[in-house]
Amino acid sequence: MRHADVLRFARDAAAGYPLRTSLSVLAMAIGVAAVVVLTSLGDGARRYVIEQFSALGSNLVIVLPGRSATGGFSPANALTTTPRDLTVDDAFALTRLPSVRRVAPLAAGNSEINANGRLREVVVAGTASPYFDIRSFAMAQGHFLPEGDWNRGAPVMVIGAKIKEEIFGANPAVGELVRLGDRRLRVVGVLKATGQGVGGMNTDEVVFVPVSLAQSLFNTSSLFRILIEARSRGEIEAVKREVTAMLKARHGEEDITVITQDAVLATFDKLLRALTAAVAGIAAISLAVAGILVMNVMLVAVTQRTAEIGLLKALGARATTIRNAFMAEAAMLSLVGAVTGYGLGLFGAFVLRQMYPAFPAYPPDWAVIAALGTALCTGMLFGIMPARRAARLDPVQALMKH
Amino acid sequence: MAVIQLAGIERVFHLGDSVVHALTGLDVAIEAGEYVAIMGPSGSGKSTLLNLLGLLDRPDAGSYRLEGRDVTTLSPDEQAAVRSRRIGFVFQSFHLVPRLTAAENVALPMMLAGIPAAERAQRVQQALKDFGLDQRADHRPDQLSGGQRQRVAIARATIMQPAVLLADEPTGNLDRATGDDVIHLLEELNQRGMTLIIVTHDPKIGTRARRQLLMEDGELKSDSARPVAAAS
Repeated sequence: MRHADVLRFARDAAAGYPLRTSLSVLAMAIGVAAVVVLTSLGDGARRYVIEQFSALGSNLVIVLPGRSATGGFSPANALTTTPRDLTVDDAFALTRLPSVRRVAPLAAGNSEINANGRLREVVVAGTASPYFDIRSFAMAQGHFLPEGDWNRGAPVMVIGAKIKEEIFGANPAVGELVRLGDRRLRVVGVLKATGQGVGGMNTDEVVFVPVSLAQSLFNTSSLFRILIEARSRGEIEAVKREVTAMLKARHGEEDITVITQDAVLATFDKLLRALTAAVAGIAAISLAVAGILVMNVMLVAVTQRTAEIGLLKALGARATTIRNAFMAEAAMLSLVGAVTGYGLGLFGAFVLRQMYPAFPAYPPDWAVIAALGTALCTGMLFGIMPARRAARLDPVQALMKH
Repeated sequence: MAVIQLAGIERVFHLGDSVVHALTGLDVAIEAGEYVAIMGPSGSGKSTLLNLLGLLDRPDAGSYRLEGRDVTTLSPDEQAAVRSRRIGFVFQSFHLVPRLTAAENVALPMMLAGIPAAERAQRVQQALKDFGLDQRADHRPDQLSGGQRQRVAIARATIMQPAVLLADEPTGNLDRATGDDVIHLLEELNQRGMTLIIVTHDPKIGTRARRQLLMEDGELKSDSARPVAAAS
């Protein structure tokens, strides 16, 4: 029997029993759709987190005061219980390092903003002009903090979009005098709304002031963080090394922690990939169930068509021909089911994206390939047994069944 | 030379503890172009004999030569090839594939034999015309009358131009008039040289054949071609 004829025969056989065929196609489709939608969710979560982190700025290295306490207790730790503070001078010294492009000090605290007859609690970030480029901000009105000596900040402030809206509404904010704590500052700029923020610090709700002003406002000389931008992605490790060495030299011991955005990202990436794989694994169980259903359907088909199989043998069909025809039918059910399921899954992911536009719910390629592959393999695998049973039928017995 | 030569054929079935001798010591020769009726009561072994002749079953002992070739020792695939090209079957219950049209049913043996679609279409068209079915080519079996169904089945059985046509109670599911039509059709094929073997327990059909084999308890009770030999 020719291959084209085997396929046509299998197709007609499948089409001859519409209910049976559509049920097994549906089962396979649901299995594949489940894998596609669930991995879209998992991978979407991964992409979402990575996008949020990327919004922090590129090639970012962050310096924190204090050693990261992962070593447990040791005599060496006991000697360095109180880390030395990071200071503005530390931050400024880092600007001279060869691999460093930009440095921005960051001091943070809460204060009250009072203007236009309205009072609001705000997060105050004391920083300097390079912060604008490190975080890739954009201005809505005015300009960011002016350049100048980090130890002598002008009495100016830049406000986030949401604060501008809440305090000034539609009125212009730039040029207005605003009370912040016990100071009076002039608004020089409004940031464009971003909607982003990691760790509860949405930049739309932050007030930026010169670092020295923030330090005097909070009566401290220390910094919360130092943000550094490396000259290139490849120099991130060099920055890490140079920063550690310089601060060790300045403080007399290594009492800081340097983290890179890459390291944080890699951890999240790994975590969410594992999550996606786990979800895909759970969804794959439905594929196995679909495979067993295809097997059942094919076994029923063999029983229903016993007389036909006997006839085919009487007409000169070889055992392999009959086996191939039934295998082809099982493969077709699986293939059509898998493709239908893929379409359904893509549609499901599309609906998700429509409902949550910020959430990039696209199925990863590996999941699509794995889902289609598994569907076809289970279909074929579970098709073998019924097909062999059909091929082994005794024609005399088979013909008597009618 | 005989188209069919059976010598010392034995067929034994084991049903639980009991042993049933469906065929014992069968020696029959059938010449090419003969018209033979196999008759006998139920359980006499005539269906078993027909299955053996059609290579759907194997004897436990003895030899079966089809057109001079020993076919009992062939592999299943070789036997399938012989069934495909040298043997045609007509069944009591027609055994048409319900989802296929008349034309597709007739084409089935050619499709199984791997004949190209173009040649199939041409031969099917000719066959349907010969059997007066050209208006019914696209009808499914459930849209055909009993007589038409059996004619489709006969067209299918003869489409590969077999040496032997085996018919198992071909009129069993038909009324008298339609049954007669079918018998006339089979006899016409026989007159054109095809060896025709009909299993029946209808004596009216049996006596129309030029030779009658009467089976009883797995043995050949009488052979109208060799009255003396069978009686001894």
